[in-house]
Amino acid sequence: MRIVVVGAGIVGAACARALTGAGFDVTVLERGAVAGGTSSSCEGNLLVSDKTPGPELDLAVLASTRWPQLAVELKDQLGDTFPSIEYEPKGGIVVAYSSAGADALLTFAETQRQAGVRARTITPEEALELEPHLNPQIAAAVHYPDDAQVQPTIAVEALLASARKAGASVRTGERVVGALRDASGDRIVGVHTDHADHAADAVVNAAGPWAGEVAALLGAPVPVLPRFGMVLVTPRMSHRVFHKVYDADYVGATQSGDADLQTSAVVESTAAGTVLIGSSRQRVGFDDRLDVRVIAQIAAKAIALFPFLEQAQVMRTFGGFRPYMPDHLPVIGPDHRVAGLYHVTGHEGAGIGLSVVSADILLAQLTQAVAPLDPTPFALNRATLAPHLKDAA
Amino acid sequence: MSARAVPPAQDPVRPHPAAAVEIEFEGRTYRGVLGQSIAGILLANDVVDWRTTSVHQSPRGLFCGIGVCFDCVVTVDGVSDVRACQRRVRGGEHVERQHISPPSPSQEH
Repeated sequence: MRIVVVGAGIVGAACARALTGAGFDVTVLERGAVAGGTSSSCEGNLLVSDKTPGPELDLAVLASTRWPQLAVELKDQLGDTFPSIEYEPKGGIVVAYSSAGADALLTFAETQRQAGVRARTITPEEALELEPHLNPQIAAAVHYPDDAQVQPTIAVEALLASARKAGASVRTGERVVGALRDASGDRIVGVHTDHADHAADAVVNAAGPWAGEVAALLGAPVPVLPRFGMVLVTPRMSHRVFHKVYDADYVGATQSGDADLQTSAVVESTAAGTVLIGSSRQRVGFDDRLDVRVIAQIAAKAIALFPFLEQAQVMRTFGGFRPYMPDHLPVIGPDHRVAGLYHVTGHEGAGIGLSVVSADILLAQLTQAVAPLDPTPFALNRATLAPHLKDAA
Repeated sequence: MSARAVPPAQDPVRPHPAAAVEIEFEGRTYRGVLGQSIAGILLANDVVDWRTTSVHQSPRGLFCGIGVCFDCVVTVDGVSDVRACQRRVRGGEHVERQHISPPSPSQEH
């Protein structure tokens, strides 16, 4: 069975690897470069801490058990000469500095515990033991041992290298321009690109924030929108941030649908010693210009969390687009309107973490196997998406 | 590598008198003129490297020269990560070679 995967970001790469491993003949089509979009302009978060109980949290919990296995599998397959994906199960710490923030955080953590997440409410003293450089005026703190991080660009390259070893073909610089349909016109039987036609038994749309554009080209619109964010990078420094650390406002920002600017401090070190400082959320279409006012706001909030950052230099600032779904759930599975078309997109800021389990679910759907998790909440024809689907069409 | 400093009086664009300044680097004093960058003074004195890389301990100096690459960073008067190509010397700066050890892999802290 031949499958075309559109998009060579983390989701396309994870799908390519899962499908190739199951014996499918996979071609990945990417209009730009591997990991050239969102996957190389993000932080590589694998978070359970920021998810509200529900289907997305279930996916994230499953993902947190898959990544440690995957890190080992990739190392075994690719050998020591391939760069490490820098999988670090470092845990997350969420801190509140106001009493209102503390109440919200502690209530939120309780709902997560009931959903089976390890969310340890800790005292300010314990928080300072875990993160000695935190601003000590802590009102409340929660430790999430299952938060982790990877180097996202290397993770994409590693997943694709693994897929190639198993026979996948990855074609970059090739843009999908339309669908090949069968005689009835109801079924997609491949794609037409600016280079060639690729016949396929199934086409997987994994184009991230551009999945809406690809879906429209294939005649089956999907309401994915770009949500812009900026990240600041410091030069290498000795480690003073040991976990994923963020302020309690962040959860509110991820769950909101507001188009206007929202910022909250999300701080972590990388294996190389740089510190990544986020984050912002803005719906500005595909306008990727950086805005110094947003950068200043992020920096100020990060300094409120870690006062030592006031002395740090900012070496780089970058922006990227999250694939935003109006009902805050990814789409994973077949398109109910067009046979042969599948979508795996709309993970917003969680695509790195959720990519691999999303690919597992897709594989189960394509092989009529039992999925590792009930895929119904991620179906394109779910009720919460119906009005948006109509608007997109 | 040979570096070349144009005497300020012969500057074709903006000739001006040379006000001498000094910086200290690794125990030695280097002379330049007001308006030069740290990198400019070091290069003009045949010093071509002033940072040691974290992992391979390799020497580094000027690479892009325009403030983008952060390869030329030094510690100036105790403040690290100062780009030698961008910092204009005012006189009396204490410049140190920068070497930051790679952080150990994240420990369960």
